[in-house]
Amino acid sequence: MPIEILMPALSPTMETGTLAKWLVSEGDTVSSGDIIAEIETDKATMEVEAIDEGRIGKILVADGTEEVPVNAVIAILLEEGEDESALDAAVAKSSGSKDKAAKKTDIPSRDVADDKSDEEQPKATGNESKPDSDSEPEEKAKAPAAPTTEEGERVFASPLARRMAQQAGLDLASVTGSGPKGRIVKADIEDAMGKAVPAAKDQAAAATAPAIGAPDFTPPADVPYDEVKLSGMRKVIAKRMTQSKSHVPHFYLTVDVALDKMMAQRKDLNARLEEDGVRISVNDFIIRACALALKKVPQANAMFAGDKAYMFKRQDISVAVAVEGGLVTPIVRDAGSKGLAEISREMKELAGRAQEGKLVPEDYQGGTFSISNLGMYGIREFGAVINPPQGAILAVGAGEKRAVVVDDAVAVRLMMSVTLAVDHRVMDGAIGADFLKAFKGFIEDPITMLL
Amino acid sequence: MAETKYDLIVIGAGPGGYVAAIRAAQLGLKAAIIEREHLGGICLNWGCIPTKALLRTSEIKHYLDNASDFGLSAKDIDFDLKKVVSRSRKIAGQLNTGVKGLLKKNKVVTIMGEATLKGKGGVSVKADGKTTELQAKNIILATGARARELPHLKADGKLIWTYKHAMTPEVMPKSLLVVGSGAIGLEFASFYRDMGAEVTIVEMMDRILPVEDEEVSAFAKKQFEKQGMKIVLNASVEKVDIKKNSVTATIKGKDGKTETQTFDRMILAIGITGNVENLGLEEAGVKVERGHVVTDEWGRTAATGIWAIGDVAGAPWLAHKASHEGVIAVEKIAGIKGLHPMRKDLIPGCTYSRPQVASVGLTEAKAKEAGYKIKVGKFPFIGNGKAIALGEPEGFVKTIFDEKTGELLGAHMIGAEVTELIQGYVVAKSLETTEAELMHTIFPHPTLSEMMHESVLDAYGRAIHY
Repeated sequence: MPIEILMPALSPTMETGTLAKWLVSEGDTVSSGDIIAEIETDKATMEVEAIDEGRIGKILVADGTEEVPVNAVIAILLEEGEDESALDAAVAKSSGSKDKAAKKTDIPSRDVADDKSDEEQPKATGNESKPDSDSEPEEKAKAPAAPTTEEGERVFASPLARRMAQQAGLDLASVTGSGPKGRIVKADIEDAMGKAVPAAKDQAAAATAPAIGAPDFTPPADVPYDEVKLSGMRKVIAKRMTQSKSHVPHFYLTVDVALDKMMAQRKDLNARLEEDGVRISVNDFIIRACALALKKVPQANAMFAGDKAYMFKRQDISVAVAVEGGLVTPIVRDAGSKGLAEISREMKELAGRAQEGKLVPEDYQGGTFSISNLGMYGIREFGAVINPPQGAILAVGAGEKRAVVVDDAVAVRLMMSVTLAVDHRVMDGAIGADFLKAFKGFIEDPITMLL
Repeated sequence: MAETKYDLIVIGAGPGGYVAAIRAAQLGLKAAIIEREHLGGICLNWGCIPTKALLRTSEIKHYLDNASDFGLSAKDIDFDLKKVVSRSRKIAGQLNTGVKGLLKKNKVVTIMGEATLKGKGGVSVKADGKTTELQAKNIILATGARARELPHLKADGKLIWTYKHAMTPEVMPKSLLVVGSGAIGLEFASFYRDMGAEVTIVEMMDRILPVEDEEVSAFAKKQFEKQGMKIVLNASVEKVDIKKNSVTATIKGKDGKTETQTFDRMILAIGITGNVENLGLEEAGVKVERGHVVTDEWGRTAATGIWAIGDVAGAPWLAHKASHEGVIAVEKIAGIKGLHPMRKDLIPGCTYSRPQVASVGLTEAKAKEAGYKIKVGKFPFIGNGKAIALGEPEGFVKTIFDEKTGELLGAHMIGAEVTELIQGYVVAKSLETTEAELMHTIFPHPTLSEMMHESVLDAYGRAIHY
């Protein structure tokens, strides 16, 4: 069988790249590890190594071809004993091969890692372009005729599927179509949403066959266990978090924040407020600082919605509260226009009702941004899962004394690390960084929160 | 010695079987089809097609009877029943020959005889006292169905008819009792009424055309009554006394009271039952429930390598459903990737009575039952120029949408030519259009199809002509 050489992905987010140069010609014999081509993205140039031995039977994508989709077949390798007659079938077959992973060509893993970190560096322009197959027909039109896959081209979907995806905030490019020629149909959207609409019982029954690659949930035979039925809350968490992690492209930005000034300010404020019975917590400061930072960088207060994005003008902060059997995220609405005392009172009341299981839907439905704080558990830092359809979540670690370098000398400071998880569909690194810079500014110089 | 080993053997050459066999041949499978009676099955020989031929006659007679409405005069309108029936038979014969040619052209081996499953892919065929043993990797049962009878209601072919006898009358009955008001019952009721018979319909349910939308049922009932039919709902025929040239039926009404009435002839149209007998199904491990073979969504029966499609595999009993199931089963057998099982909400249903009835998808009641919040549009024939020009101002087109997604959940039509119109909605539904695409579609003027547009517009409060 001739072996397909596929366009490799230089980074997890790469969708297309330029085939800069072939270093071999048709008829050349290659062995595993030989450098056969160079490919580039806007960030890097990488060498493609041959994984298998053989003779280059046919080069399908010419030197200098731009926007070659990842996993497109770029060449066919003939194994020993195969001649050109095996090519026709392979070339014809390659048009259906987009699902195959780019296993057959590979690039050194070090480069992947490098590129990944590059991905998460905020860029000066703050304007990384993320190809969106749905919204760039013109750009796609100028792309050379890719020899194989339709990847990166127009997404074919039924009108009903488009509307349902839009209503669910689902990116059509992330859905696999099961209709004719891969067209996305209603059933695919339902699968992607992990649920079936009420009337679709017939189809739901038909779809009970296990999905390919679905995990086997049978417990190991020799390990004793308790079987716990999932609560409604648990099921919702499972569904939403799965949906988020599998459909929302997350990236993470971490920053360290000095808390000394804020703690002093807090002590002072709490002394003054003692008579009123108000005690402002570190978390209250964080809520206010988040809200103000979002006001300053409204692009970070955003929601992805298929072919558009919403930038919210009000800061409704969902705050994760651990409760028996799970967690809930009550919302401090319009936190950007509320003072610390008001936020503190409201949060205390919401958290109390959350613990008692007395929240009503208005308390937790909506929200434009989330905070999850595990500082009280001594967690130094962590990455949180975005709470869809929101565009970002801030994970807050513990405040702890650390040795830091201040004015070229080691000093002890009360430090806290926060990690912002961002939906890359709606925000890029630079915006996340801007937000964190603003957040850090408010926490480290809390007097500015009064402005 | 003829070939005895096949990739696929299809038992039954109706619209399910012969289509399946041809599709198999197209896919390169070596296919044989076994038929005990006539190619084309009931549909072509004793169902869909010959009844349409009869209904064309009664329709033309209806026009002639009303010629003066169109400024014409027609006198001494009469018919020769023998010729009417022979036209219908001739058409069936013509198509029967057509199917034979199609099978031959596609190199499907046609074997006339009675088939029995022998297990492990074996099929024996009996014909003219001889038995031939055949072997196949896969077998598709497409044996169809026949009219259902009840212990106290059995057809004798003389006074009590099934569809088959009703299609070849020797005399025109003066009075006719039709038991059952599904498509078959109503088509015969319509034919005989337009040909001049006094027609009474007895239906067990609380409405005629029980599978259709309730509004359609109600409208149809009014239309038929206006034509002079008598319709008795919530009623059943308890007893039949066969006289020399008439039958006296005891009809039990809703209140439990019985009434006896005498008719020249009686038609049984109380559903059908699958042809599951003498096929060796039980021995082969094929599961049968309530007269029909049980299958999964691809047509697989409980026995490996044995499939069932069409009427023998259960409702809805429609030729186009059988054909489609046949194609799906064969493609599954051939290992084609990316197949989808048939969706029942995409099977259109048509009744060729006067007025015609056609529908696809959910009825209003079913949509509500399924939990949808719906938007309903309705447009009457009286608002359509073409309908008025045709002299057919009675009827309507109803559409049902999911309020949330705009999905077309169902469409229901009654009136002239709606059986030819419904396909527009079926295509729309298959392609998963929403109301938006239908609203943006340009419908030709002047046509009846404009009502389909207006009905969609009406669902969103935007109808122009009503």
